[in-house]
Amino acid sequence: MSPRHDGIGASVRRKEDLRFLTGRGMYVDDVARPGQLYAYILRSPHPHAEIARLDTSKAAKASGVIAVFTGADMEKDNVGGLPCGWAIKSKDGSPMKEPPHPPLAIGRVRHVGDQVAVVIAETYAAAKDAAELIEVDYRPLPAVASIADAIKPGAPQIWDIAPGNTCYDWEIGDKGATDVAFRNAHKVARIELVNNRLIPNAMEPRAAIGDFDPASGDFTLYTTSQNPHVIRLLMGAFVLHIPESKLRVYAPDVGGGFGSKIYHYAEEAIVTWAAGKVKRPVRWTAERAESFMSDAHGRDHVTTAELALDKDGRFLGLRVSTNANLGAYLSTFSTCIPTYLYATLLAGVYTTPAIYCEVRAVFTNTVPVDAYRGAGRPEATYLLERLVDVAAREMNMDRVEIRRKNFIPNDAFPYQTPVALQYDSGNYHATLDQALATSDWAGFARRRDEARRRGKLRGIGVSTYIEACGIAPSNIAGALGARAGLFESAEVRVHPTGTVTVFTGCHSHGQGHETTYAQLVAEGLGIPIDSVEVVHGDTAKIPFGMGTYGSRSLAVGGSAIVKAMDKVIRKGKKIAAHLLEAAEADIEFKDGKFTVAGTDKSKALVDISLAAYVPHNYPLEELEPGLDETAFYDPKNFTFPAGCHIAEVEIDPDTGITEVVNFTAVDDVGRVINPMIVEGQVQGGVAQGIGQALLESCVYDENGQLLTGSMMDYTMPRASDIPSIGVATHTTLCTHNPLGVKGCGEVGSIGSPPAVINAIIDALSPYGVREIDMPATPQRIWQTIRNAQPAQAAE
Amino acid sequence: MTQVSMTINGKPASADVESRTLLVQLLREKLGLTGTHVGCDTSQCGACVVHVNGHSVKSCTILAVQCQGADVTTVEGLATDGTLHPMQEAFRDNHGLQCGFCTPGMLMSALDLVQQNPDPSEREIREWLEGNLCRCTGYHNIVKSIQAGAAAMRGVRAAAE
Amino acid sequence: MYDFAYHRPASLADAARLAKGAEAKLIAGGMTLIPTLKQRLAQPSEVVDLGGLTDLAGIRIESGRIVIGALTPHAQVASSPDVQKAIPALAHLADGIGDPQVRNRGTIGGSLANNDPAADYPAGALGLGATIQTNERAIPADEYFKGMFETALKEGEIITAVSFPVPERAGYAKFPNPASRYAVIGVFVSKGPQGVRVAVTGAGNGVFRVKAMEDALGRSWSADALKGLAVPADQCNGDIHASSEYRAHLIGVMAKRAVQAAG
Repeated sequence: MSPRHDGIGASVRRKEDLRFLTGRGMYVDDVARPGQLYAYILRSPHPHAEIARLDTSKAAKASGVIAVFTGADMEKDNVGGLPCGWAIKSKDGSPMKEPPHPPLAIGRVRHVGDQVAVVIAETYAAAKDAAELIEVDYRPLPAVASIADAIKPGAPQIWDIAPGNTCYDWEIGDKGATDVAFRNAHKVARIELVNNRLIPNAMEPRAAIGDFDPASGDFTLYTTSQNPHVIRLLMGAFVLHIPESKLRVYAPDVGGGFGSKIYHYAEEAIVTWAAGKVKRPVRWTAERAESFMSDAHGRDHVTTAELALDKDGRFLGLRVSTNANLGAYLSTFSTCIPTYLYATLLAGVYTTPAIYCEVRAVFTNTVPVDAYRGAGRPEATYLLERLVDVAAREMNMDRVEIRRKNFIPNDAFPYQTPVALQYDSGNYHATLDQALATSDWAGFARRRDEARRRGKLRGIGVSTYIEACGIAPSNIAGALGARAGLFESAEVRVHPTGTVTVFTGCHSHGQGHETTYAQLVAEGLGIPIDSVEVVHGDTAKIPFGMGTYGSRSLAVGGSAIVKAMDKVIRKGKKIAAHLLEAAEADIEFKDGKFTVAGTDKSKALVDISLAAYVPHNYPLEELEPGLDETAFYDPKNFTFPAGCHIAEVEIDPDTGITEVVNFTAVDDVGRVINPMIVEGQVQGGVAQGIGQALLESCVYDENGQLLTGSMMDYTMPRASDIPSIGVATHTTLCTHNPLGVKGCGEVGSIGSPPAVINAIIDALSPYGVREIDMPATPQRIWQTIRNAQPAQAAE
Repeated sequence: MTQVSMTINGKPASADVESRTLLVQLLREKLGLTGTHVGCDTSQCGACVVHVNGHSVKSCTILAVQCQGADVTTVEGLATDGTLHPMQEAFRDNHGLQCGFCTPGMLMSALDLVQQNPDPSEREIREWLEGNLCRCTGYHNIVKSIQAGAAAMRGVRAAAE
Repeated sequence: MYDFAYHRPASLADAARLAKGAEAKLIAGGMTLIPTLKQRLAQPSEVVDLGGLTDLAGIRIESGRIVIGALTPHAQVASSPDVQKAIPALAHLADGIGDPQVRNRGTIGGSLANNDPAADYPAGALGLGATIQTNERAIPADEYFKGMFETALKEGEIITAVSFPVPERAGYAKFPNPASRYAVIGVFVSKGPQGVRVAVTGAGNGVFRVKAMEDALGRSWSADALKGLAVPADQCNGDIHASSEYRAHLIGVMAKRAVQAAG
């Protein structure tokens, strides 16, 4: 740790908090544009229907209405469909089925909430009132909502180009070697499970404001995005055909994302295009009900898996078959989530030598599914960590011991898994040991017995997980189907008086980048943290960026900042050599000072920056003035955070209510820049993981109607549902980025669900219960106990 | 349109509103007080909590016309002369916020709790936050912040006595 | 929300007159009405705000009864020393409604007039044998609740107060909906001047009494006395949060816990 109070390793209070605490944050819906109009989007109440007739004439004449547009109007303007950013190939080499995704439906709607028309009016109330005057004759079609229904022979077809509703049928791993492993197995552990569909529900609803300047022809989109440059690229190039130079995308303060604000959404294109049509700013903010039926959902897998074991409990082979629900259209990154971000993680922290996984992705009449905090990795971890517990039972081995026996040893790094990834570093024994000690695993039996005397069933569960962050490198991702680069950019601008502005292509929507990045730069350039400002979110200011998702901001974005800072220092050394009349090679930079080695001759950063901008005494013939450097960083590999989560639960058998009474997380997230922020990230992730395990579930009825369409029916975790969460870290450094950092944004939501469910199964084991699906709601637990054989019940 | 007048953060304010205008719409759209947020339509998330006549209420579930003559405090009214309220300071010290969207409601709700219960336990705080959702923090540091803020407020009160 | 004309009468008589229009809605705390209007599930032409009728708020003790003004918010009932002393179960019930902000605005009169089948107060009123006082008459709880969102109130009739007989003992136990926090099942039990009462909310189309449980508790006031007694599942609603079987089961569990809480 740095000796500085504001450098690397210090729990610096966040720079961004002042504005949030005083109500002066600037979220998209807080932005008011002169002359602004309000958009209301009419959405389909049907899961699947032909639009036989769409008449907007009455609405267009309503009071306060400026315009009403439909898909036909956008089509007339040659507006394109929302693109998908990752092409997957099926087993047979054929490309995935990629249906069109117009921002406003053309001819057919495919999920409840699908956009049908937009009303633009002087007030939101007027727009909404007028929308009731739009006449739509829907001709309902049969619909499918679940994976099981979508893949049934003869199921209603959502897209003509996708027979069997299949988008792709993909595989990874060595099937032959895996089959051999199973033939040689002493025992086979099997599991079938559902990874429940979730609705992200960032507290800030999505919002977008389109603005058009008729004088310059420039468009501006204010949007709730995790990656404004990506939106500019996708919307500009594929949808509205506006060159980057004429389109500014600005994501100011954003109230949480969790993946759901990565994607390019129809509403962004609608308001931007409409602003150009009506020549006034057009704003839209989702009502929460709209969020439920238009924000991309998460998870939704059905999986069967088998683990082959030898007589000592060593894992020989893993065979996985997953069906993944993609919803009605392909959201921006939907296709890579159940493939490259899922199946590549199936080795986990174990030495399983042979792995084969096949994934069939299907269309249904539901909201598109895409990345949600963890994105593929929670699904892999949940499957694996549940299966390892099953294996322990099959082998009559201790749950912890079977894990230890199969861990990738500390001396095996770099470790090549059979599913494409190469782990660079880790110490799985250390995080496990620390978590066992902190949670007092050894003392559990006493606590269980004490709980039993109170009529409660107590259980404990463990999960030893790994995940992959900072998806990269671009060339490999490109070979696997990515249609975008995965680098990050940064600009470090030292101003004449020695203060610094950092421009990053990552985006903070709660992660605290304005503080963490400032710590990096304060430490790196030897200046006070208050001299560093971090700018993000605005394509007009930042060279380029891929945004924030997949816990990449420090590993990729931070590395870009370090690279830019290195360039600043290199140039600074040249300037210092000139000013100090020394050879460049003799200049050392430390603690904000350029010093001639072995002497006390030095110049502070401010002397150098002043000389750079007031180049009166300056090597103008060799060096440009100014001290402003940009860097792009493309990682060599993913990073691999890993760790151990232990959950302890108590169940009231009369009601089925589960309380998480203890939660311990010990995570290896690489070097920690701000421990306070890292703990907060983990705690937030764990709460979402507990939410998935116990509370949250998106439910459609068999006809495709969304039954959990509001917070009255979709259970959001509340303070009283979540325990105090103990967080610790154990660090091994990432070997391939300059900071040694790995990522901390998703570990909580990845490691925790299997720990909680394993604890519940442990608690219910006296009844002979071996499995339960998420969410383990009171009703489900009660039903599970009731279904268990009474003969096997305890006492 | 009806004219409503009330006191907001100690200052008189009035505006023309429709009968259906909610207090939060008056604050955000007519008066530019955008610190109070809207996160749901079913009165659950609590991002819109303000004080009306000294009690916390959801400003998305009260009509502006119902607040005629009322004394309203929003998050913008907490800091005085650039000095943060002890509860705001506690949230800052304890990392009680991440994206900041739920924070104004959390603060206003916490202050109503502390005026009724100056020394709330962890359990009491968690139960009080029934009507305030946060998706970022897992509540851990919000609870810590409220305990610290309550302690600081007790200290301020003790010092004043 | 559709627009409407807003009235804030200064007298009960004016309020009653304004409320007589078929398209008029009364608003007290508005904790149900405003969300309903926001979702455009109702379109009243007039909204009559009772907020000006300050006489209707407050709690008083009358010989053997607690009388709670219709406009008294839940938070005030929950924190009232009089209620806590005389009928702690009622204070506990009020303290578990919604969340603190709902309790600061929502009123007992509004809750009973709305008669949501998953609301708490109907269980308290029926479970204690309260009397609902209106501007026109006094209605015993047994005659007041008429099913889902239906009551004995006539057009223009306004609840002014609710009068609760002080019981010897009473308890309320609630299993909240994990999402909405309304009652999946709430059971109010009491023993007092109105006999032994067991009232269930959340299970069906409206609050109801369970005679078999009342008889059993009449013979022996103990949780054990309820053993084996159940409300048939086919008399309970089922939804994604709780099947009818689960609700039926929870009635038994909550009834026992209510008796235990009553002491």
